[in-house]
Amino acid sequence: MELTLWTYEGPPHVGAIRVAASMERVHLVLHAPQGDTYADLLFTMIERDGKRPPVTYTTFQARDLGGSTANCFLDTLRAAADRFKPQVLLVADSCTAELLQDQPGSLAATAGISIPVVPLEMVAYSRKENWGASETFFQLVAGLLRGVEKPAATADNRPVRPSVNLLGPTKLGFRCRDDILEIESLLNGVGIDVNVVAPLGASPADLLEIPNADLNVCLYPEVAASTCQWLKRQFGMPYVDIVPLGYGATRDFLTAVSEALDYPINIDAIDHCRLPWYSRSVDSTYLTGKRVFIFGDATHAIAAARVASRELGFEVVGLGTYAREQARDVRAAAKELGLEALITSDYLEVEAAVERLAPELVLGTQMERHIAKRLGIGCAVISTPAHVQDYPARYSPQMGFEGANVMFDTWVHPLVMGLEEHLLTMFRDDFEFNDSAVPSHLAEEGGVSKRPEEQVNADDAEIAWANSAELELKKIPFFVRGKARRNTESFAVEHGLNVIEVETLYEAKAHFSR
Amino acid sequence: MGAVLATDVGRKDGGPDITVERGQRAVFCGLTSIVWLHRKIQDAFFLVVGSRTCAHLIQSAAGVMIFSEPRFATAVLDDRDLAGMADCSEEVERMIAKVLQRRPNLKTLFLVSSCPSEVIKIDLENIAKRYRERSQGSLRVISYSGSGIETTFTQGEDSCLQNLVPEMPVHTVEKNQLLVVGSLPDIVEDQFARLFGELGIEELNFFPGRQSETLPSIGPGTRILLAQPYLGETARALIARGATLLAAPFPLGAEGSLAWFRAAAESFNVPEDVFKSTMRAPFERAQRSLEGCKETLENRRIAFLPDSQLEIPLARFLSRECGMVPTEVSTPFYDALTMAQEAPLLPEGVEWFEGQDLDTALDRVRASRPDLTVCGMGIANPLEAEGLRTKWSIELMFSPIQGFDQAGDLAELFARPLRRQARLEVGSWS
Ligand code: SF4
Ligand code: SF4
Repeated sequence: MELTLWTYEGPPHVGAIRVAASMERVHLVLHAPQGDTYADLLFTMIERDGKRPPVTYTTFQARDLGGSTANCFLDTLRAAADRFKPQVLLVADSCTAELLQDQPGSLAATAGISIPVVPLEMVAYSRKENWGASETFFQLVAGLLRGVEKPAATADNRPVRPSVNLLGPTKLGFRCRDDILEIESLLNGVGIDVNVVAPLGASPADLLEIPNADLNVCLYPEVAASTCQWLKRQFGMPYVDIVPLGYGATRDFLTAVSEALDYPINIDAIDHCRLPWYSRSVDSTYLTGKRVFIFGDATHAIAAARVASRELGFEVVGLGTYAREQARDVRAAAKELGLEALITSDYLEVEAAVERLAPELVLGTQMERHIAKRLGIGCAVISTPAHVQDYPARYSPQMGFEGANVMFDTWVHPLVMGLEEHLLTMFRDDFEFNDSAVPSHLAEEGGVSKRPEEQVNADDAEIAWANSAELELKKIPFFVRGKARRNTESFAVEHGLNVIEVETLYEAKAHFSR
Repeated sequence: MGAVLATDVGRKDGGPDITVERGQRAVFCGLTSIVWLHRKIQDAFFLVVGSRTCAHLIQSAAGVMIFSEPRFATAVLDDRDLAGMADCSEEVERMIAKVLQRRPNLKTLFLVSSCPSEVIKIDLENIAKRYRERSQGSLRVISYSGSGIETTFTQGEDSCLQNLVPEMPVHTVEKNQLLVVGSLPDIVEDQFARLFGELGIEELNFFPGRQSETLPSIGPGTRILLAQPYLGETARALIARGATLLAAPFPLGAEGSLAWFRAAAESFNVPEDVFKSTMRAPFERAQRSLEGCKETLENRRIAFLPDSQLEIPLARFLSRECGMVPTEVSTPFYDALTMAQEAPLLPEGVEWFEGQDLDTALDRVRASRPDLTVCGMGIANPLEAEGLRTKWSIELMFSPIQGFDQAGDLAELFARPLRRQARLEVGSWS
């Protein structure tokens, strides 16, 4: 058993529902008790979907346990097939049903239904949501394409323009809706067609078209990596797995696509990204070395680390993921930055790390937004799990050149900007100025309206601050004051001092800036 | 763990004519009630023994993360537990120890069973008992079922309270006591306590209270007044311990609140003039507060899909006090004991359903196109997208709606979607 307060990922069958809900003409029959129907609201409330996800739950009860749960499943399956007439039926167990061992897959095979059924094994007690999405997508694609011949290119069916598939975007993914538009327009701009986008927006019939493209783009490895690998084995289709998140990554992505297709692309001709210039403009000098903590799914966390450190000039002080499956990649990325990656699905551990590292900006999931809010630190959400406001009405991709622009804006926004920082210093001693107020542009964000009091370290109560030192501390800008306090106190402890004087403050400053 | 699901509850003759539906349900399980119970009982912790699904359900139903470290958690079962490689009672105790490490001052720990823990037959009742024997009573550990195979949504509270009843001490001296049963927002509880005080009913307790350390005592002089309609099993358990259930509708709306207080007043022989003078001002205030919404609500048709068990009392309030016309009233299960005073107050022509068959129910709503549909959170936006106005019912569990001074707020919850419709020029709700 593992004690869980908040969970970053749902169970694997929620991943299956995400794939089903992303597609057209697919229906999932989930063997599950009634409470599991909460999954509907993830789609209809968080992503504001105007349709229920295409899933029918068997909602068996205790009295069915004696033996009628299998019948309950069969009845539900037949009714769903009848009512929804999908091109493909998916069948799966939820965690509870897995224990009943009714075997929905075998039951469905005997149900006498003319619609093709793809059975899913969701292994609820060892896997989680993203794995479930990946497995479902893979089973669907493999189920439909196994045994299908790759169409041979003949002189007259050879397309004039190269084409690619964009694989991996799903409902409840992070900004998938807009990322697809952005990547499609980038590719179209250089004369490459998009053949199939899947799962989002695809029907089973569309999946059958996948082999007709020249290349697969593994846009969201969490969902599409295993499918891309299989397509490569099965049809010899190459795939590109550089994720175009960030300015440099977008250029790398286009280069990789160009090489894989053996098709020249003039990247400069379509590179209208503003991030490079905005990042070089003088105002951005103040971004130099801003301390940022990054946590999310592996793909977004790794990409964010690259953008933060190499494109915005931040100092990445922490990098981690809740996705153990991709822990290795995150560890490698962290190592490059001289860090040890934080691999955990324990929210409290992440909170403790943020508190200890005292960053000026947190890039994370909605969980980290809560942590940041509590600690009075600026935050931008970069990864799922996300909440309703992370599915914005406006066009707001993360991928491609426009995505890089969006990231620049949303990450810089919570920070105190250059000129503002000067003004704060200038007016600090003004009797009408109150530096415990948040920057004006954040006040209406629904975030912190008041900076939380800096915490005086209770454990070190034997260390006293001399009045003069306390006053001197107040002169330090508030966004680093907490850190200065902590550093000075630990310096004092280390040196066996009981009282912190002004001197001590500056000794500590010198000590820590080495 | 004697919670009974829906349609197993017996029905008395003379009740309404109800169509029973057995099909796909779209109601949360009893674990959901932890979202409000943990806020109410402040010295208690809820430890669910379940799966990642259970943890995800509670967090999704709460919608927001209320605290960084909430007073609930899920012990998520893994392969080792299922394969019998780990001893489940040892594991549960290890989880309890972890919780206590972070919260040493807990008075009550609820061990909440889920579908997976019930299917693999982890005996939480026994684990709780053994734990208490060994720890000598410093921490009260109580098990109850919140699983989706045994309980639906608000039934989780019923199951919780029912299992708390045996913990209540016996009266040492015989006394007449009023016990208000069902968790209420603190502000409502305080209002009620003031009014009962003015009526001269001094021996008053709320169950659950804000603290669980000392539970109210119980005996033959105890009269119970249900503040929530979903507490049939708790009521039965209290009756079995000698208490008397006062017949009353639920304190929703001006009329409902008045009748509710009257039931107590009569039972405690409060003089009529005291009752009248105490109730006059709040009652009139409540009536006034409804004026603003009446215009919006009058003659509008409303349908209730099954969800919180509040459907019948709400339909009563909205029809009798706000002039709405209920077309369909569906409820997860019908309990004749708790609905005895409510059911007869509903107007003629209402179609009654018990249980659920989601797709059929949605077809009905699509066909009759009521002005407002009260439904679960997962269905609200899809119905809106089809041009129907909705009110999602979980909000009724999270907002103070009971009593005189909340009557206006309650009506407002239903009026707002309709007012919004009148305001907006963008899009269309046909
Ligand atoms: S229905 Fe059962 S498995 Fe699902 S969340 Fe509720 S208790 Fe857990
Ligand atoms: S950040 Fe706001 S919107 Fe997101 S989960 Fe928390 S409360 Fe909800």
